[in-house]
Amino acid sequence: MKYIDEFNDPELAQRLLDDIRATVTQPWAMMEVCGGQTHSIIRHGIDQLIPAELELIHGPGCPVCVTPLEMIDKALEIASRPEVIFCSFGDMLRVPGSNRDLFRVKSEGGDVRVVYSPLDALTIARENPDRQVVFFGIGFETTAPPNAMTVYQAKRLGIANFSLLVSHVKVPPAIEAIMQSPSCRVQAFLAAGHVCSVMGTAEYPSLAEKYQVPIVVTGFEPLDILEGIRRTVQQLEAGEHTVDNAYGRAVPAEGNPAAQRLLADVFEVTDRSWRGIGMIPDSGWRLAPKYRDYDAEYRFMVSELTTAESTECRSGEVLQGLIKPHECAAFGTVCTPRNPLGATMVSSEGACAAYYLYRRLQPARGEVTNVG
Amino acid sequence: MADQPPLDITGWSCPLPLRDSPTIVMGHGGGGQLSAELVEHLFLPAFANPTLAGLADSAVLTIGGARLAFSTDSFVVRPLFFPGGSIGDLAVNGTVNDLAMSGARPMYLSCAFILEEGTELATVGRIAAELGKAAEAAGVQIATGDTKVVDAGHGDGVYLNTAGIGLVPAGVDIRPQRATPGDVVVVSGEIGSHGIAILSVREGLEFGTAIVSDTAPLTGLVNAMLAVTTDLHVLRDPTRGGLATSLNEIARAAGVGIDLVESSVPVPPAVANACGLLGLDPMYVANEGKLVAMVPRESADEVLAAMREHPLGRSASIIGECVEEHPGMVTARTTFGGTRVIDVPVGEQLPRIC
Amino acid sequence: MCLAVPGKVISIWDQDQTRMATVDFGGVQKTVCLEFVPDIAIGDYTVVHVGFALQRLDEASALATLALFRELGELDLEFGDAWQRAAAEAGASPHKQDRGGTTEVA
Repeated sequence: MKYIDEFNDPELAQRLLDDIRATVTQPWAMMEVCGGQTHSIIRHGIDQLIPAELELIHGPGCPVCVTPLEMIDKALEIASRPEVIFCSFGDMLRVPGSNRDLFRVKSEGGDVRVVYSPLDALTIARENPDRQVVFFGIGFETTAPPNAMTVYQAKRLGIANFSLLVSHVKVPPAIEAIMQSPSCRVQAFLAAGHVCSVMGTAEYPSLAEKYQVPIVVTGFEPLDILEGIRRTVQQLEAGEHTVDNAYGRAVPAEGNPAAQRLLADVFEVTDRSWRGIGMIPDSGWRLAPKYRDYDAEYRFMVSELTTAESTECRSGEVLQGLIKPHECAAFGTVCTPRNPLGATMVSSEGACAAYYLYRRLQPARGEVTNVG
Repeated sequence: MADQPPLDITGWSCPLPLRDSPTIVMGHGGGGQLSAELVEHLFLPAFANPTLAGLADSAVLTIGGARLAFSTDSFVVRPLFFPGGSIGDLAVNGTVNDLAMSGARPMYLSCAFILEEGTELATVGRIAAELGKAAEAAGVQIATGDTKVVDAGHGDGVYLNTAGIGLVPAGVDIRPQRATPGDVVVVSGEIGSHGIAILSVREGLEFGTAIVSDTAPLTGLVNAMLAVTTDLHVLRDPTRGGLATSLNEIARAAGVGIDLVESSVPVPPAVANACGLLGLDPMYVANEGKLVAMVPRESADEVLAAMREHPLGRSASIIGECVEEHPGMVTARTTFGGTRVIDVPVGEQLPRIC
Repeated sequence: MCLAVPGKVISIWDQDQTRMATVDFGGVQKTVCLEFVPDIAIGDYTVVHVGFALQRLDEASALATLALFRELGELDLEFGDAWQRAAAEAGASPHKQDRGGTTEVA
């Protein structure tokens, strides 16, 4: 498959690894923001292959992990209503709310459907004019334009029985919050490639300067990730801190202007509470007032719900890179993919699930294990 | 870095069964951990017996002097007709294959229909016709059956159950517990086609593809393998839950570890690309015309050659081996030399956006 | 986030005044919305996320990146031994270059 196979070439991977090894002279800690990158790293064993001096801290790049608990509970409430067909990406079905998840709602009679695209939800709305169709619009800047276009179409075509439950989050405010954390150990960032395909690279130079960190825009195939690491290490060793684009084939510097224009029309910036991290100002998007008629939160008047996070769950610390999953006492004992306490264990690329899936065999290189 | 003892993995599962769901959820049908817990904590306590304890695809019984294999399977697939087959094909081949996985010659099937009031007669007729054709192709007879009708709104059109019996030849003892360190792991062909064919026509996910279900009766292929040696250790058809789930079940039943080489697992490019699009792992996608075998090392090459001579085994490949290390666990060496654990899924595998 | 997969545009049409395409992903075809990539043409490759094309893939850039990877090994082959020898003789570790003070970010 073009644009995939070439970037999975083991021989080229070896050359990248050799170059990284030859460049490293001291320990460095870098964070990959995107959950998809975490998945790729652990799935291919990249963190096992890079020199022991390099530490990859898994960042809060999974919208499943960071969707606020209150928002999950709102989704569950709406999905439980008999007139609603609740459509969602597959990732969200097992994210635990205060006391259940969408799977449980489905088992109790809720009409919960997995779709590939928000446009599929719009189609379902047209085909079921006597039902209310709600789409769970979560994600980072990559998913925001698709969700925006869907609600834009709904309004334009007058598909009145469709509404969007919005919980979008943005990457740059998360980077700020992480760098401002007193216990922050991150010295560089592998920026999320597809987020930058949409937003471009303009938001990052000020961050690189303010926090003196290299920021390398990185893709998702194994060679892309190794190249992102390689360029990051080069900067770190040279004492540089600039924005470098290692994913040029999919990221022009200006990003996607058409998408950005629509985002400005459909969404407005808002404060968002990130699960496990807390409130980050101006870190999310909600529907603009002119789209209020299509906003599920308003249509269903979901009142303030009492939410209760598990006290044992340390997802927050994992998300910020402060602890590794196996340093949490609940990891692998009370909290497993089978019975997750927090979102990091549910999501296929939440750091805890990734560790549980791929790392149970032996301790990760250079790390102390602490089981239970 | 101090030397750490290996992690103790034996206690790593939820200690309290079914505690988080008082009702059946879709995951219980996924063939993964939830399904296994339903069996272990709800069904086995109710009617455990030595025969059932083997928990193989089919039970091998000795009645009079004859060794019989006996199996049952239910079919709830949606849609009823999909690229490459129908629920009728699955109903025959599914049970025929369960019997063949004991090395048996499948002979007779029962077939029960549960029909929803309002289902078109033409639909039922078409399913019955395809079922009949599949039975003929598999060399089995439908010996007995039953029909029930449920109220409209209480079923999904058509559900089928088939049960089957077959004769197990002398000297054949094929069951998961027989997997032994040193055994070679062989898969009969490319994986993932059935599950992807079904997804390609499922609402909300549909996509265009030439991939069709691989549903097929495996009796002939198994006979070709038995002709080389009757001492095959394990046969399993990796249906729901995919290759990963079957290998984990075998590893656990036998108390062996399994090491795979990821690049050796054959996957059709279109299946790999569909999985890439939806964020799925082919290792967990259902197959309906494939088998995985644990073969004693000394016979492996010959068995592989015999498989490749058979139409259903042309792409047969050695994908790994059974080992003493990490008993009960399946691992795979990635194309880059890393190692990953191939775990049992909790419920059904879902498409993802991340 | 962002499972986005490269695919080839094989046909383009209009649906409710919205530009849509059939994109082929190596044997899998999906209907994709092209509204964010108005300049894309049949035969182009695009990266697709949840049914939307987000960027046209730049082939020249991809080829340049791959060429760079290939060069890495070759440079080492051509020069590596000589550098290592010289460095070893000088008593320093190979490939380390003095790039000025490094700033450690706390």
